[in-house]
Amino acid sequence: MNEINEINEKQSENRKENQFLVDSQRLSEAALAKKHRLEHDPSCRTDPMAYLPDMEQIHSDVREKVIAAMEAYDPDAYTIQDVRRALDHRICSVEDFKALLSPAALPLLEQMASRARLETSRHFGNTVYLFTPLYIANYCENYCVYCGFNCYNDIQRLQLTPEEIEHEMQVIAQSGMEEILLLTGESKTKSSVAYIGEACKLARKYFRNVGLEVYPMNVKDYKYLHECGADYVTVFQETYDLKKYETLHLMGHKRVWPYRFEAQERALMAGMRGVGFSALLGLADFRRDALATALHVWYLQRKYPQAEFSLSCPRLRPIINNEKINPLDVGERQLCQIICAYRIFLPYVGITVSSRESASFRNGIAKIAATKISAGVSTGIGDHEEKYTGKETEEKGDAQFEICDSRSLGSMYRDMAGEGLQPVLNDYVYL
Amino acid sequence: MVRINGELQEKTGLSVADYLEQAGYDRRAVAVEYNGVILAHEAYDTTVLSAGDEVEVVCFMGGGSGAAEAEEDALVIGGHVFHSRFILGSGKYSLNLIQAAVEYAGAELITVAVRRANTKEKENILDYVPKDVTLLPNTSGARTAEEAVRIAHLAKALGCGDFVKIEIMRDSKYLLPDNNETIRATEILAKEGFVVMPYMYPDLNAARDLVNAGAAAVMPLAAPIGSNKGLATKEFIQILIDEIDLPIIVDAGIGAPSQACEAMEMGAAAIMANTALATAGNVPLMASAFGDAIRAGRKAYLAGLGRVLSRGAEASDPLTGFLRD
Repeated sequence: MNEINEINEKQSENRKENQFLVDSQRLSEAALAKKHRLEHDPSCRTDPMAYLPDMEQIHSDVREKVIAAMEAYDPDAYTIQDVRRALDHRICSVEDFKALLSPAALPLLEQMASRARLETSRHFGNTVYLFTPLYIANYCENYCVYCGFNCYNDIQRLQLTPEEIEHEMQVIAQSGMEEILLLTGESKTKSSVAYIGEACKLARKYFRNVGLEVYPMNVKDYKYLHECGADYVTVFQETYDLKKYETLHLMGHKRVWPYRFEAQERALMAGMRGVGFSALLGLADFRRDALATALHVWYLQRKYPQAEFSLSCPRLRPIINNEKINPLDVGERQLCQIICAYRIFLPYVGITVSSRESASFRNGIAKIAATKISAGVSTGIGDHEEKYTGKETEEKGDAQFEICDSRSLGSMYRDMAGEGLQPVLNDYVYL
Repeated sequence: MVRINGELQEKTGLSVADYLEQAGYDRRAVAVEYNGVILAHEAYDTTVLSAGDEVEVVCFMGGGSGAAEAEEDALVIGGHVFHSRFILGSGKYSLNLIQAAVEYAGAELITVAVRRANTKEKENILDYVPKDVTLLPNTSGARTAEEAVRIAHLAKALGCGDFVKIEIMRDSKYLLPDNNETIRATEILAKEGFVVMPYMYPDLNAARDLVNAGAAAVMPLAAPIGSNKGLATKEFIQILIDEIDLPIIVDAGIGAPSQACEAMEMGAAAIMANTALATAGNVPLMASAFGDAIRAGRKAYLAGLGRVLSRGAEASDPLTGFLRD
């Protein structure tokens, strides 16, 4: 433990950093030794740019374009005049967007919010979509140091059987929810494509719209899951800064950075209607990550104009066994700035704000730019009945991260309506 | 009997070369299509006309123009670099107009139409086009993709390079382009290696199809051709400029320099016009005005338009009052 603290302290000297590394007493000596090697000796980690043999490589220039733009971006090069000009332009150019993301824009946050609200109302009226995530397994083969599901974290693991999944879905559907997002930890052996496919088929019985947030896969797998009823694929890149990514995702399929980057494009090639994107804010330079995330959408939109796109904007949260994890320099004002900039640059995309944020933040941001809000959320496994009805569940799996806004569908619906918004459960046709 | 340019003539037994000479054509300035196949110049002497043959003899007609621009802001179409963003359209054609367009508006690209050669016309448009001006043959007259492809082949045989402007109209009243046929022709000609510049009705989906078909630029109409009505399709052209990665060249309907300037301010890559110049009281002066207007609009676009005070009042109740830090 001392050794880990020393390393954490060393990192903190350079820049305020999270202390991610936590050991469990329950790991074997051999496992601990391997974990420590991965953490301290970069030479024992695999090349994050090398595709594994089972990973499909597509031909696409999107990654190159996005990363080149991100690397050329200097957030400090913009002035408040650049921001004013950007706000006055009818169409927000990439240069304008860079200005809106810069520190120079913070004093104009209210003006940005005003413009963002105008764009949101032009494209979405006063609607806000409500949905809920359903975690069906938390087994994971990756070692991502900030994530509660990481394979070295000592948590209660669980994978729901098809019967248990159906039971959870019934509980959720009874609450009135019509859109669901299915999630697993990233373990292809535990949560196979076939297993996820069965969950999609069940979800189609109870919900009008089924989204997936699972490990990246090949085109043929996405095709299969689309046939099973899924129509939306969300993959978080976490950070677009490869150097940083390499130090946070130490082991497993997720370590392969370009394969993850191309997940949305493979999903679109497989016929999915929509794709979701995100950087996890607080891992690296959040302004550059926000730029890359939005450009990832922008380039793919030009290439696949028929597709629907959405953005999430999660900040780091505490996890089980590490309560200190926090989003560092991404305060609520910065988060609000990013979301407003996203909205002004990409007025047509859906923006999701998760239960990681507080009820007051979500109420406020829904009036400006967010179009999709989760309700009745649990990031644990198999505990919806307990959360929704108060009935004790025998066995449940631990959560991915701590949520902040635990409102039920009913109270979220009332609150959103109370803010003058029209809550929408679904406007979807599966074709 | 042989059918030549639609007329039955008693020319059986003559070689193509002999026929051209006898009829008074300049064999360097025409292209010959023999039973649907374009004849190489070398084959004129050995190809002998026989009964039932169909022969088309064509040459260029039309006009074109462009204006010199600053070196660093070049217009690139299909890998070819131009310094002028004014292109003279075809239609009202006179040598006077070509001279004015080149001299006063700096035209570097001139549209020409492929037409049946006329033996009595001794003037050849090519004699009046300066060497550094690029010819842009159009497919006007085509009603289908196949007809446009045929005209493009003839134009190439006339020796004016790889450029082709596709114009396909199935409507003779308004001369509105047929986007579907245009997409098909673009695909065929781009595959053959042409630098394809399709004239189109400004529709985003069609423009995307043209990009995928291999177009080198997209040329939406501003208003019905020859109407001088200006940017009637402004909103839709703006969408193409915002969404399409190729040069958007506004073609047809531009009637005044102010309209050309506005299109350039919006981000158009170039302007094509003809009628506005051809029908002006003083053609050279109007050509000069177009050159200036296009340069001014381009500069404004590059400079980035400034602040226009918004009309909306700011909310008295701040939107961001809920933020906690």
